[in-house]
Amino acid sequence: MQAANSIGTSLDFFLFVAFALFTIGAIGAMTRKNMIVLLMCIELMLNAVNLLLVTFSTYYGSGDAQIFVFFTMVVAAAEATVGLSIIIMAYRNLKSIDIDMFNQLKN
Amino acid sequence: MSLQVISIILGSLTIASALMVILSKHPVRSVIYLVVTFFFITSMYIMMNAQFLAIVNMIVYAGAIMVLFLFVLMLLNLNKEVEPVTNRGAQISALIAGGSLFLVLISALKETLILGQNYRTQDSSIGLVKELGNLLFSKYIVAFEITSILFIAAMVGAILLAKREKQIIE
Repeated sequence: MQAANSIGTSLDFFLFVAFALFTIGAIGAMTRKNMIVLLMCIELMLNAVNLLLVTFSTYYGSGDAQIFVFFTMVVAAAEATVGLSIIIMAYRNLKSIDIDMFNQLKN
Repeated sequence: MSLQVISIILGSLTIASALMVILSKHPVRSVIYLVVTFFFITSMYIMMNAQFLAIVNMIVYAGAIMVLFLFVLMLLNLNKEVEPVTNRGAQISALIAGGSLFLVLISALKETLILGQNYRTQDSSIGLVKELGNLLFSKYIVAFEITSILFIAAMVGAILLAKREKQIIE
């Protein structure tokens, strides 16, 4: 157990930043209506979780969490690809990227 | 200590640029601020000596995924359209919901025993390419191979979704 550390280099500082990023992403996903900005807020939340995983990986000295971050990035890349192509398809049909226009899958 | 100052500056800049992502009206500016946020997150990875993840974050996130977002934004040509705006009540309720989520997370953090400890307690060589490569190609080799199937499925799905349907009918 280490002695109490100052704010900048302590573990909870990084946890605070990750929590703040996640909250900002969640608020953005709730407030914005542009579909692309919505997808970007999801990416922001994914990055907050990645930061949390890397922080605890450094703290516990185990590399497993960093492998999980790698897989999270892989899944995020696949998700962004499919999500953006869905947005392109929706824009082609609806001529809008407002998320409220996309409330039914059946036209 | 200078490391403290650097990390506090980096953390506040990360949060500020993430706030600008959801506050800026124009989507292209949102993408640019998201790239800036990823740069700051990369700098935090470097501070924690996670070198492999720092490089991958820079190349894959800031390089590839964000360019994809920008490309789609330019392709859709949204300049003439008005950006859709949420009404004030939904914004305020989302702010309250997000703020209470943040309060719950922070109060859960306050109960733990990790408060105030240094983040670097173990040896810091775990984030290097050699260590992670050993882990990735021994313990997680099955998951790594399944990843390729996921990518093929995502690629085929993206091409099928974005293809124009008239050409299929002909």
